[in-house]
Amino acid sequence: MRRVLAHPSLVIGLAGTLLFAVIGLLSMVWTPYPIEQIVVARRFLPPSPEHWLGTDNLGRDMASLVMAGTYTSFLVAAIAVAIGAGIGVPLGLAAAAWGGAVEWLVLRLSDFVFAFPAIVVAILITALIGPGAVNAIVAIGIFNIPVFARVARGGALSIATLDFVAAGRLAGLGNAAIAYRHLLPNIMSLIIVQGTIQLSLGILSEAGLSYVGLGTQPPETSLGLMLRDAQGVFLIHPWLTLVPGLCIVLIVIALNIAGDGLRDAIDPRLRQGETHVAS
Amino acid sequence: MGRTIKSLGLAVALASAMTGMALAQSTEVRIGVALEPPLLDPTAGAAEAIDIVVYQNIFEGLTRIDQNGEVQPGLAREWTISEDQLTYTFKLQEGVTFHDGSAFDADDVKFTFERILAPDSVNAHQEFFTPITSLTVIDPLTVEMKLDHVVGRFLFDLGRGDAVIVAAESADNNANEPIGTGPFAFLQWDKGSRVVLEAYEPYWGEPVHLSKATYVFIGDTATMTNALLAGDIDGTNNFATEALGVFEGNPQFNILVGTTEGETILSTNNRKPPFDNLKVRQAMAHALDRQEVIDGATYGYGTPIGAPFAPHNPYYVDLTGTYPHDVEKAKALLAEAGFPEGFSATLKLPPVAYATLSGQIIASQFAEVGIKLELINMEFAQWLDEVYTNHDFDLTIISHVEPFDIGNYANPDYYFGYDNPEFQALVTELNGTTDEARRKELAIQAQTILAEDAVNGYLFELAQTGVWNAKLSGMWQNSPIEGLVLRDIRWAE
Repeated sequence: MRRVLAHPSLVIGLAGTLLFAVIGLLSMVWTPYPIEQIVVARRFLPPSPEHWLGTDNLGRDMASLVMAGTYTSFLVAAIAVAIGAGIGVPLGLAAAAWGGAVEWLVLRLSDFVFAFPAIVVAILITALIGPGAVNAIVAIGIFNIPVFARVARGGALSIATLDFVAAGRLAGLGNAAIAYRHLLPNIMSLIIVQGTIQLSLGILSEAGLSYVGLGTQPPETSLGLMLRDAQGVFLIHPWLTLVPGLCIVLIVIALNIAGDGLRDAIDPRLRQGETHVAS
Repeated sequence: MGRTIKSLGLAVALASAMTGMALAQSTEVRIGVALEPPLLDPTAGAAEAIDIVVYQNIFEGLTRIDQNGEVQPGLAREWTISEDQLTYTFKLQEGVTFHDGSAFDADDVKFTFERILAPDSVNAHQEFFTPITSLTVIDPLTVEMKLDHVVGRFLFDLGRGDAVIVAAESADNNANEPIGTGPFAFLQWDKGSRVVLEAYEPYWGEPVHLSKATYVFIGDTATMTNALLAGDIDGTNNFATEALGVFEGNPQFNILVGTTEGETILSTNNRKPPFDNLKVRQAMAHALDRQEVIDGATYGYGTPIGAPFAPHNPYYVDLTGTYPHDVEKAKALLAEAGFPEGFSATLKLPPVAYATLSGQIIASQFAEVGIKLELINMEFAQWLDEVYTNHDFDLTIISHVEPFDIGNYANPDYYFGYDNPEFQALVTELNGTTDEARRKELAIQAQTILAEDAVNGYLFELAQTGVWNAKLSGMWQNSPIEGLVLRDIRWAE
């Protein structure tokens, strides 16, 4: 804990992330107004005690929209990270533990998936099953897989040569057991750091996909969708784009600071091993 | 910093002064339009976007509709109608050539209508011309058409984009390389970006003022706004009303607000349960708060309608009170129809601002009575394919921009699938009637039936809100027919 507090940027980053996460989670149980409630008569209101952030072009409460949008952004990014880590980490560990053909296959698959940016994957998926938040999750999730696979492999390789792993092998453990018992716990911190960074990239990707109309669909909302809705009236009501835009910027900065801080805070030996992988 | 801004301002001022000078002598115009046409043959598609580019510019018909909606001579210089109104004899213009240099004569007219009436015709409105029983070429400049029954608006129908004259040699390629007789010839189509037309020098009629016209396809309001402000385009015939405020009070722009023939409707798939149930449709009509849709989606520029009929038409009758906004009534009707808890449906939306905004508002209004709508935004080509052609939809929102198009409701194969023999008989009688008073009476009956049957949710008549460079003149303020006619557009000296 002292180590964490020694990094003020980490504290700020975590606090910011936590703040937005709480705002987002709160929207599950409470928003000042229902987000799908459209009352045209009260549109374009400036911030006031009734509407803290004003109202949008359809008279929806901006504060409620931001809360729900933050929730969507976090949810999409978090599930995508879970997909990426859930599939990518075992693949990376397998590559490190077995080596040889398995490693070759994992690396080539990673290269292949890496060649498609999230947006291209999303367009492919949209062409197949139509746009929606689920597609954004799948697209970003697929994009995350090779990232985690490489981080896991990189971290595991540097540990696999250490004596305690050899001891485990002498004790009769197979590759799978070694990967699970010895490699995974030791690269956990790496995965967490990478997860934080991927979370911020995921939030950016979600905003981008929703902005071009491939992600979240109305009447659901997300920060990217709010930007898209407001851009037509940007010159008349710039506030409507500023609010979701600033939220995205702040969330991403908070996550990045937290990620950098975490990286600094964990074992410096590992830090060297993974910098090139994470970049 | 201050100096940078000042010099930047100076550069901008200088640049705009220079473009201003250049434009003063220009004979070119660049027009932004929201939707790209799927093809450029107006006789082979229903999309308004086709007519916006080609109608009266590349292609002409025997008659043409002017900006007041009146029928004027086109390729037919004059005509005589027999006593019984069943035989039309057209005298054609002399010296007309197609853009490929071939001459226009009566055979082209015969070919055009035979092509429309052929069994494999892809014309979107064959039904306007099925009364034609014979086409006779009397001499190269005279054509006679015989009808099997009187058609009240036959000369108007001949002026539609669906009836423009095409040549046998080029008709098959018109989708991509349109060749007509109009004042502008097709130059190039950069798909996804623009279509360029240039003035056709040997044009038979009044010479046009422009030498070149470029249609630039810009689907996004913010991009359109910036293109107008930056001078990348000189105007647009229909700008999103949400951002119209940007140009209000700006002396460099002229805002033209006029009427269109666009009845915007919540189109309902009448073939499909539960929408085949009148009570369900009535419930939806009661659930609609039309004024809120108009305020929210058109910023007050739409005119409410209670039937699919243009309010500026002399036959119009105000039926907006048929099913007033009444949430309780809507719930009661849904319960009677067997949906006390409401139901779920999809609402497919084409990528135009009036539709995407109306869709969200209507979803919110329907939620109050228990109808849960899933909004599906789609590309226009996809919309045409799924909704219009394959009838694969529950609800959609679209503006029907053809003039006097209640005839669509008499076509049971039309995409919303309304099949009412009584109405069909009425439309047949209306089409065969020429007496004005009787026509009006029948048109009012027809509107009343459609209103009471709540075939679709009738929302509003779309306004045309053009934004143009203040130095341009000659644009149509109203849009009595689908098209963006370049004929009279010119730059101020």
